[in-house]
Amino acid sequence: MAFPHRPDAPELPDFSMLKRLARDQLIYLLEQQHEVDKLYKVENKPVVSSSEQLCFLVRPRIKNMRYIANLVNADKVAGRTRKYKVIFSPQKFYACEMVLEEEGIYGDVSCDEWAFSLLPLDVDLLSMELPEFFRDYFLEGDQRWINTVAQALHLLSTLYGPFLNCYGIGRCAKMSYELWRKLEEEEDSETKGRRPEIGHIFLLDRDVDFVTALCSQVVYEGLVDDTFRIKCGSVDFGPEVTSSDKSLKVLLNAEDKVFSEIRNEHFSNVFGFLSQKARNLQAQYDRRRGMDIKQMKNFVSRELKGLKQEHRLLSLHIGACESIMKKKTKQDFQELIKTEHALLEGFNIREGTSYIEEHIDRQVSPIESLRLMCLLSITENGLIPKDYRSLKTQYLQSYGPEHLLTFSNLRRAGLLTEQAPGDTLTAVESKVSKLVTDKAAGKITDAFSSLAKRSNFRAISKKLNLIPRVDGEYDLKVPRDMAYVFSGAYVPLSCRIMELVLERRSWQGLDEVVRLLNCSECVFTDTAKEDKASSESLRLILVVFLGGCTFSEISALRFLGREKGYRFIFLTTAVTNSARLMEAMSEVRA
Amino acid sequence: MRTGGSGSAKLSPAACGGGLLCTAWPPPAPAMDCYTANWNPLGDSAFYRKYELYSMDWDLKEELRDCLVAAAPYGGPIALLRNPWRKEKAASVRPVLDIYSASGMPLASLLWKSGPVVALGWSAEEELLCVQEDGAVLVYGLHGDFRRHFSMGNEVLQNRVLDARIFHTEFGSGVAILTGAYRFTLSANVGDLKLRRMPEVPGLQSAPSCWTTLCQDRVAHILLAVGPDLYLLDHATCSTVTPPGLAPGVSSFLQMAVSFTYRHLALFTDTGYIWMGTTSLKEKLCEFNCNIRAPPKQMVWCSRPRSKERAVVVAWEKRLMVVGDAPESIQFVLDEDSYLVPELDGVRIFSRSTHEFLHEVPVASEEIFKIASMAPGALLLEAQKEYEKESQKADEYLREIQELGELTQAVQQCIEAAGHEHRPDMQKSLLRAASFGKCFLDRFPPDSFVRMCQDLRVLNAVRDYHIGIPLTYSQYKQLTIQVLLDRLVLRRLYPLAIQICEYLRLPEVQGVSRILAHWACYKVQQKDVSDEDVARAINQKLGDTPGVSYSDIAARAYGCGRTELAIKLLEYEPRSGEQVPLLLKMKRSKLALNKAIESGDTDLVFTVLLHLKNELNRGDFFMTLRNQPMALSLYRQYCKHQELETLKDLYNQDDNHQELGSFHVRASYMAEERIEGRVAALQTAADAFYKAKNEFAAKATEDQMRLLRLQRRLEDELGGQFLDLSLHDTVTTLILGGHNKRAEQLARDFRIPDKRLWWLKLTALANLEDWEELEKFSKSKKSPIGYLPFVEICMKQHNKYEAKKYAARVGPEQKVKALLLVGDVAQAADVAIEHRNEAELSLVLSHCTGATDGATADKIQRARAQAQKK
Repeated sequence: MAFPHRPDAPELPDFSMLKRLARDQLIYLLEQQHEVDKLYKVENKPVVSSSEQLCFLVRPRIKNMRYIANLVNADKVAGRTRKYKVIFSPQKFYACEMVLEEEGIYGDVSCDEWAFSLLPLDVDLLSMELPEFFRDYFLEGDQRWINTVAQALHLLSTLYGPFLNCYGIGRCAKMSYELWRKLEEEEDSETKGRRPEIGHIFLLDRDVDFVTALCSQVVYEGLVDDTFRIKCGSVDFGPEVTSSDKSLKVLLNAEDKVFSEIRNEHFSNVFGFLSQKARNLQAQYDRRRGMDIKQMKNFVSRELKGLKQEHRLLSLHIGACESIMKKKTKQDFQELIKTEHALLEGFNIREGTSYIEEHIDRQVSPIESLRLMCLLSITENGLIPKDYRSLKTQYLQSYGPEHLLTFSNLRRAGLLTEQAPGDTLTAVESKVSKLVTDKAAGKITDAFSSLAKRSNFRAISKKLNLIPRVDGEYDLKVPRDMAYVFSGAYVPLSCRIMELVLERRSWQGLDEVVRLLNCSECVFTDTAKEDKASSESLRLILVVFLGGCTFSEISALRFLGREKGYRFIFLTTAVTNSARLMEAMSEVRA
Repeated sequence: MRTGGSGSAKLSPAACGGGLLCTAWPPPAPAMDCYTANWNPLGDSAFYRKYELYSMDWDLKEELRDCLVAAAPYGGPIALLRNPWRKEKAASVRPVLDIYSASGMPLASLLWKSGPVVALGWSAEEELLCVQEDGAVLVYGLHGDFRRHFSMGNEVLQNRVLDARIFHTEFGSGVAILTGAYRFTLSANVGDLKLRRMPEVPGLQSAPSCWTTLCQDRVAHILLAVGPDLYLLDHATCSTVTPPGLAPGVSSFLQMAVSFTYRHLALFTDTGYIWMGTTSLKEKLCEFNCNIRAPPKQMVWCSRPRSKERAVVVAWEKRLMVVGDAPESIQFVLDEDSYLVPELDGVRIFSRSTHEFLHEVPVASEEIFKIASMAPGALLLEAQKEYEKESQKADEYLREIQELGELTQAVQQCIEAAGHEHRPDMQKSLLRAASFGKCFLDRFPPDSFVRMCQDLRVLNAVRDYHIGIPLTYSQYKQLTIQVLLDRLVLRRLYPLAIQICEYLRLPEVQGVSRILAHWACYKVQQKDVSDEDVARAINQKLGDTPGVSYSDIAARAYGCGRTELAIKLLEYEPRSGEQVPLLLKMKRSKLALNKAIESGDTDLVFTVLLHLKNELNRGDFFMTLRNQPMALSLYRQYCKHQELETLKDLYNQDDNHQELGSFHVRASYMAEERIEGRVAALQTAADAFYKAKNEFAAKATEDQMRLLRLQRRLEDELGGQFLDLSLHDTVTTLILGGHNKRAEQLARDFRIPDKRLWWLKLTALANLEDWEELEKFSKSKKSPIGYLPFVEICMKQHNKYEAKKYAARVGPEQKVKALLLVGDVAQAADVAIEHRNEAELSLVLSHCTGATDGATADKIQRARAQAQKK
């Protein structure tokens, strides 16, 4: 079931070094410097602790600073004197210090930095765990994390040798790339002589492809994420999964032998696989009968533990599957998927629209409704004015007026827009492109430029063949292409772009697509002198998703890797899915 | 002096006096036989020699004895200040402070305009410290540039400074003063000035006859002599000390000397007796009676590191004496007024016309050159000479060494001795001998030879009288090449420093780059050259040399008041981030903002923003932001959390009505508590939306105002919680509360579409399990959402009975689904067969389970078969 890699596929680099680096630094900060013995989660409530010193490990956000300031000031009022230490991760921002100063506590706290930016979630997945990146950059136009991305790339190139080829698409990708190059140039050229381990690096802005991220996921790992929410590579399985009265926190990665075989599978195959697995397991248990004492001893000491472990995992995943099935059938999942596919293919738009309307009217789920609206908007190049108004009205009636702001956010991010008469759009477009060509302005992300961004999804889809033509049934057991991650209905756009660029080793011939994507800015360097020594490393590819990537995309690229003999390493600002994207854009009452 | 008084620093190698190796100085050696002619034995085991470093060409106007003199160790510069204050009445002419290199090249000359000076001294960084009578210490650079000043305490103001010493410790350079009240104050490190007032010496009524500073265990002490007594002052105490084995009859100490390393002490008594011992005063090394009762002018130690010999050099007006652990002393006649400078491994002696070095002959040299020496090195040198003469004796000598197996030692001796030779010709001949000997050795590691050649080349270069740093090999090793380079830079000898770096292949960052940066910092101080030219010259020379920070150089330019030049230089700085702090300092905030944005570092942008905010008035500040979207969005983020009102102003200024509207909408539920306030905020928002031509948002906001008022009324009239519910939820709540009429009214008022209302009512009534009302409702008119949802919702509430009622009314296209939902498989099959719909047939078939539906399944199969036949 799990497909083996081609024999010539390169080995993955060892990421344990990253873990060690981060851990040692944190231990040093906490223990050596400040003698911390207990950790609390920072929540918006007073700290109940009699400790003489408080140490905060926080993201550098103004909100957090206010929280700390309130706490310190409360202590002051109560006449308590404590030592306060703030450790910023991944870096300290001047704005934060300013807030501390304005709140009058700058002298009372001492600050430190924990330069931790890369968390290896799996053998091939590095996450910066910056879910706020998406909103900060794509909505607020805040570029603060780009520096962090550049630092992370720099760290990777220091540890694993220089990257030979760099490709990228999107403004953020370009800025990150340039900043990273700057860092590389400033540094002593120590890495120059090193043998490169990673051949290609591909940077991609999330806003290049919103569609893929907005689709319902149907590969197992994606489904688990959509249903239970995977956090930092682990998931909380509730009582309905564990079939006991306790919740269980389970790490989901390549270590889990059962999971690693089904994670990239289409959900329809998973059940069959799991039952087969269960039968095999039983057979292995059954071998006990007929054993003499010595064999039994061997069995108990060598195999039993592994079998038991496998048994535990198997029952967990079966439980998870059942739970998913229950939830999905209740909401008429098939209907939903059908609508999504129709939207992707661009037929029965009217029906799709009424489906969404009904969805809203029935108050099924605010996030789901929003997601469908966005999907409709992007695939259709914006909603027609009538629908745009009516869907929004319906939505406000169902879920409350504050979502007026949500719509404003979505419009700004280009996720939910109104089809405008052709001429006005081109006027804005030309204005924007002028802005872009102007060199000084080119450096700036104008948060509003996306206003005029047309998604052009239909044209891109045609150009890139994103909707595979299927004669007969698409065999999900033996996938033909990356479309299998969406039941054979759609090849993820982001992955398709990478496939094409890697195939050509350039953007050549993709000018039209790039134009349609509204991304005049792609990075391209080609330093590779195609020597034999580096040919293996050229098959190791680092993919950087700025603004998050989904498990479906990861699965799709893993599939591509197996087909073409590549190995992909994923670096993402955070693992995301449609719900997380929508929540990031939603306005909620505090 | 190449850099000269004009201050032009050229970097062309041609200016370096023809390469590194100085050849013409000193004059050619006398014949080898007389080589030991200037060696003077002291006792049985040691020789002392004195040789000339330079013949001084400094054209002194004054006698040395009339001047305050200070000479820095390690071949450092010499400062002279004619001392007019020593005479009874002050002279009317102002004195001149002259600074010379060790070779007598003038480095600086300035008119002394401050108060009377008590003492001069050089710090370890080669800064001249001038201790004034009023306790102020003025610090000058090597080129006579005033650096800073500090005071030795207020107490001194009244009592005056009688005497002062500048001394060196491991922390840096210290100053000790003796005040008119016979109290001592010292600071062990003038770089980090901490004054320490030493304890009082009980009963001290007059100035001590002599005193000195000692350094023991990293603490500075003072040793002073009053009459026959010696006192040691430390932090807190004053103790009397007695040198062990001191000859009797001493009624006063005239002079005392501490060795370079603070390890040894020498005392000169009024009986003409010299006591030598350890500084701790626990051990006597030796003594000597010179029978001269006149107080010596100077007494300094002359010893070499790691040598067992101890000797002090005592100078009177016309006589110089070297005394040690030997019955006889070495005596020299001084023709001229001379001054002694203690060094690590000897004593420098300079006068009006010469500059000499007196030291103990090193072991290696002694072994080789001692008359009739049979040491391996001596034989090797001889062998090499014979070889050059093409004499067979060469072979004999060589064999002799080899037979003894001492060739390695011989080579080493020659290399070492070469290091200690001052004259290049001697160095060469010794190195030639070493090289010759090396040929006969299989495995002699070459590095010691190579390194010595390199070191000597460097040493000869700096000893050149143009440069005037007469370092010995031992001093050079102690000083390190880095410090030597620093000193060359300090003397503005950039080309030589760079040549040395290149010659020694030092890494660029600590070598050439650093020196170029220093050069550039010096260059920007040349006021007579235009900004353009300076900037261009610097860029040409520095280019993209790694490790050079243009911003540092620019900072220096700004420090000299050349803002424009600084900005020009910053242009060359490749890292935009580095440019920002200086630009801010120079009040070029807008330029700084551009650079910060270019750097992509938001933190930096924010720093500049806050600067700008304080610097500009609000209007200008906003205008600046307007052209910088990235900065604007950053500032907005900040305002969102810290300054909401400012955020509003920002939007207002930009006529950004859309955002303004959003702002007020947010305020309507975040900031306002009272319903009136909330409505008012919404009204403002609606107005803004109208201005933004966003009719939809305006209408929606107005609807919300209506809804809020209505919810308020509902709460008043019906009780319960209505505020902040969505319209949908408000209606649902009304239905659930049994207020159907009100619900209908609300739906009409807000024009809730039929479909939504039906869904809403259906869900609410089913939740109430009010089946009667539901049925009534279903019959009120034809359902716009069909009847399948009725079936579904009844089944969800597990009411199959009610569900079946509605299943009958479901339209034909959904009939099968409805029937299956209520579990009537048989009828579903019938309908499906009637429809002749393959999909429906399969659906029903998939619901056929077990034996009960066996017949139905068969029926379907038959129908299928029939359909296929047709």
